[in-house]
Amino acid sequence: MAEVIHPTHGEIHRHEPPKGFIRKYIFSLDHKVIGIQYFFLALFSVLVGLVLSVLMRLQLAWPNQEFGFLKVIFPTAAESGTISPDLYLSLVTMHGTIMVFFVLTTAPQGGFGNYFLPIQIGAADMAFPLLNALSFWTTFLALGVMMMAFFAATNTIGPIGGWTGYAPLSALGERAGPGQGLGVILWISSIGLFCVASLLGALNFITTMLNMRARGMSLMRLPLTCWAWFTTAVLSLLSFPVLLAAAILLIIEHQAGTSFFIPGGEYVSGKLLEEHKGGSPILWQHLFWFFGHPEVYIAILPGMGLTSHILATFARKPVFGYRAMVFAIFAIGLLGFFVWGHHMFMSGMDPRTAIMFSLITLTIGVPSAIKTFNWLGTIWGGQIRFTAPMLYAIGFVSLFVSGGITGLFLGQTSIDIPLHDTYFVVGHFHLIMGVAAIFGIFMGTQFWFPKMFGRMMSESLGKLHFWLTFIGVNCIFIPMHIMGMMGAPRRYSTHYNLQYLSELPPLTHFVSYAAFFTAAVQLIFVVNLFWSMFKGPKASDNPWEATTLEWTIPSPPPHDNFEGIEPEVYRGPYEYSVPGASKDYSMQTEPDEAVRSDG
Amino acid sequence: MGKALGLMFVLLAVGTVLLFMGQNTWWFPPNHSAHGGAIDAQFMRTLVVVGIAFVGAQVALGYAVFRFGRRGDARAVYTHGSTRLELVWTLITAAIFIAIAVLGQKVWAQLHLSQAPEGAVKVNVVAQQFQWNFHYAGADNEFGKTEPRFYDDSTLNFVGVDPGDPNGRDDIQATTLLIPVNRPVELTMRSKDVIHSLFLPHMRIKQDVVPGLAIRVHFTPTQVGRYEIPCAELCGNNHFNMKSFLLVLTEDEYSDLATKADEEFKTRMGELLQQYK
Amino acid sequence: MARGLTTDVKIKPSGLGGGMRGPNGGDGPDETGSEGPKNWPPGYSRDDAIEPVKYRIGMWVGLASILMLFVSLTSAYIVRQTSGLSDDSDSGRWISIKMPWELWLSTGVLLASSGTFELARRALRRNVYSRFNLLISVTTLLGVAFLGGQVMAWRHLAAQGIYLASNPHSSFFYLLTSLHAIHLIGGLVALICLTVFALRLRIGSRQRNAVEITALYWHFMDGLWIYLFLLLFFWR
Repeated sequence: MAEVIHPTHGEIHRHEPPKGFIRKYIFSLDHKVIGIQYFFLALFSVLVGLVLSVLMRLQLAWPNQEFGFLKVIFPTAAESGTISPDLYLSLVTMHGTIMVFFVLTTAPQGGFGNYFLPIQIGAADMAFPLLNALSFWTTFLALGVMMMAFFAATNTIGPIGGWTGYAPLSALGERAGPGQGLGVILWISSIGLFCVASLLGALNFITTMLNMRARGMSLMRLPLTCWAWFTTAVLSLLSFPVLLAAAILLIIEHQAGTSFFIPGGEYVSGKLLEEHKGGSPILWQHLFWFFGHPEVYIAILPGMGLTSHILATFARKPVFGYRAMVFAIFAIGLLGFFVWGHHMFMSGMDPRTAIMFSLITLTIGVPSAIKTFNWLGTIWGGQIRFTAPMLYAIGFVSLFVSGGITGLFLGQTSIDIPLHDTYFVVGHFHLIMGVAAIFGIFMGTQFWFPKMFGRMMSESLGKLHFWLTFIGVNCIFIPMHIMGMMGAPRRYSTHYNLQYLSELPPLTHFVSYAAFFTAAVQLIFVVNLFWSMFKGPKASDNPWEATTLEWTIPSPPPHDNFEGIEPEVYRGPYEYSVPGASKDYSMQTEPDEAVRSDG
Repeated sequence: MGKALGLMFVLLAVGTVLLFMGQNTWWFPPNHSAHGGAIDAQFMRTLVVVGIAFVGAQVALGYAVFRFGRRGDARAVYTHGSTRLELVWTLITAAIFIAIAVLGQKVWAQLHLSQAPEGAVKVNVVAQQFQWNFHYAGADNEFGKTEPRFYDDSTLNFVGVDPGDPNGRDDIQATTLLIPVNRPVELTMRSKDVIHSLFLPHMRIKQDVVPGLAIRVHFTPTQVGRYEIPCAELCGNNHFNMKSFLLVLTEDEYSDLATKADEEFKTRMGELLQQYK
Repeated sequence: MARGLTTDVKIKPSGLGGGMRGPNGGDGPDETGSEGPKNWPPGYSRDDAIEPVKYRIGMWVGLASILMLFVSLTSAYIVRQTSGLSDDSDSGRWISIKMPWELWLSTGVLLASSGTFELARRALRRNVYSRFNLLISVTTLLGVAFLGGQVMAWRHLAAQGIYLASNPHSSFFYLLTSLHAIHLIGGLVALICLTVFALRLRIGSRQRNAVEITALYWHFMDGLWIYLFLLLFFWR
């Protein structure tokens, strides 16, 4: 490019930080500030989602019991102090939507990815900082619109159609149930906005990773976290447009009376609807799950990358089978686009298609198994330091196994018959995409907190939180599989009216108590987070003795990360315990002579 | 810390195995259909594979953290992996998973890729918010024509039988599914409003009922009795309450009932519902 | 900071250190030039050097997501067109709307605009500014004319009483054409900015880069329109 004006050689290209509180912390273009903004957005959302789930467990264990405090938090929706079926279903819907979009999609990717991808590849910022800020503020707007859905109806706190929003229930408006009018419109608009935000973010991630790597940072020297964020971005880029298309169709259907999803001859609330003709309800499911399945990997892949990263760091060993790990991430991402039909075995689609989907689905187990084996290989023969982030990472492996392996049941067409839409499914996806992904967030927080805030989080509180949470979540979600086998359908505000489930209440109570316990101990994490932010001991540049680029710069990093100097990378990301080296960790930026001569 | 953690993973494995192996209270409801046994067998086969993999992984993880905690200042083993080892475990897992996947299709194909046998008992199912309607052909064994424009909840014509069709005169609409034991049954299912899902836990049957589609399922009940039919697809605020009964009757009871006219049919149905409680 | 500012900068990667490097990073040791424009001199600002590449990558990635949006709507279109719902009387059948003649006009206009844009781009490469200014202005006007043609086509249909919800084909017609128009307006905004820059004789390296990127987008919008045009009225 002849037109490019060269700066004077030898000059250091510094970026001055912006002045003023608003430019610095609110409408900042700095990827680190935006990452933290995403992080806090997710933190707010996860607390909301958690409260909703506690209320659901309350209703399930003690159906229709009166609780005085409900009148206070839901003055109109729970006027009598009980959770009505309408209110319960809106809790289900909002819990699912908020958790999937505003927690599992934002925190690992928008939060940690934004903060650490540029640093780990040695860049001063994302490729398009303005787009990055735009992406965050669109997400923020989407959350605002979602919050408005809480107030869209008097007897619910949002739509009642579940996070999957199956048409025609979601397309018919108030006729089909409370909260299905304005509630659905706000809900789906929020999702549409979220799609746009995610697309902007994905575009930025992909360009950054392809184009902004420092010298020497060849593809096979990238930390696995970067590979995970990159693959996640590719998945977002290709799956969110499909959800956006579905959202646009649903809004038009809902407001303009078209017939994309609603067939003719609909008879709703005692009235035959004349305006709809020939739509296909299954079309919505195809569009939704074409997005929905990759979304599962969008939630979990960053956690998987981070687990590899942390296991290597604290086992003081190189990642076992780095290449296989990278290809497994790709394979999972790629296969993820061809298995959406396994959510639809019972939907009435062609049973032959179901068989195809089932076969491809089980092959996803192979790269997942490779990851598990390689994680075990990574810690095998290590010198494990049991720090709090390491505990979360080990917990992640265990949860990944427990949650992933039950996919072998659900992925089979025949076994899915009794298990589809029961608590077995609830247990399965909560363990894998809920809890395991959240453990990814926990470990990311505990691991990178020193870099992000310049202070250490309390190790003892972190460990305590790990133990209690790990035990708690297993007590919640493993019994749910049994409940599903017994035939307890999901999205029921109570199972007590089904006689064949007469043995269910002890399990229901146990799960509810475990849920209250687990929810309560999350306070430890929140306290640890805020206490450490202000009172934690000061962190050094590299408190974990790790090797990747984020640990070569001050904690917290300056505005332009590397102070205008482009780092140079000499080796792979996980060179721990290299024989002959002076330390048991060889930084990516240390030239070979430095590694040797120090000793 | 490593020792405790290792013990916890072993405990997790043992506890889970006990929960899934050691008891009969919290398990599938008993199977009373001809094909259900094959589903249950496939479940058990998968459970064995999954159980071994689960226990193996948790115990290996437990052993690793138990054994490889920091030991003084010694260095960890420096290795970047072993291609051979990775190839071996990849191929083994792939073989096992694909074998399971192929086995799992058998029952499905039998249920969904074959027509109901000749002479199967035919019942039409019409789902609506929040009620199951079952449409029987009546004494003439011919279904009356149904059309959406004849839907009328106020006159109890829930399934929309054409009043002008002579075949429909003796048709019976009820909210209980009545079928004979040991004879194949074919259900043709439609929905009037949103998606519902017919779930027969004891028959190992589940099928979404989709507006705009007529979906057929067939199965053979093997045990007389009264079973519940919950709705398994979120269909609105009373989804949890959309419950009906399946009555599997002896051949005699059924043939006696099948010839009855509307009033008598319902009286007898009420009696049988009580009888099989 | 205690860290020296320039001493850390390694101008030339040192030689391989055998086992020190580890197989993780072992492939293509320091062939930094092989994967992108990485051989810039020390201290030379990367941000400036890679800007054109970065915008081009970003644009291609963005186009992939736009393509995906229309691909998914196409699949919905095909499903809706061919779905033989077993239980639906033929009231829901696909009724094709008659193509408004204005669409030929707008198609021609958009094709022409792509042509003039291409010529403008070449003129700029040869630094023939007067020709560039003329052609980029014409492109912008043609872009506006295309939108005008689309509005005329919509009004034509509306005059016949065919609205969004009239039948499945009209629903998709209005939806796809307006989504395309919204995306095209984005390109038009960029074109207008470029025209203003051009007429005020402010075309620097940034603007040249923007011309390249906008041209990419504009040609894509052109191709997308041809695709939609064929899908909506010629595909069976």
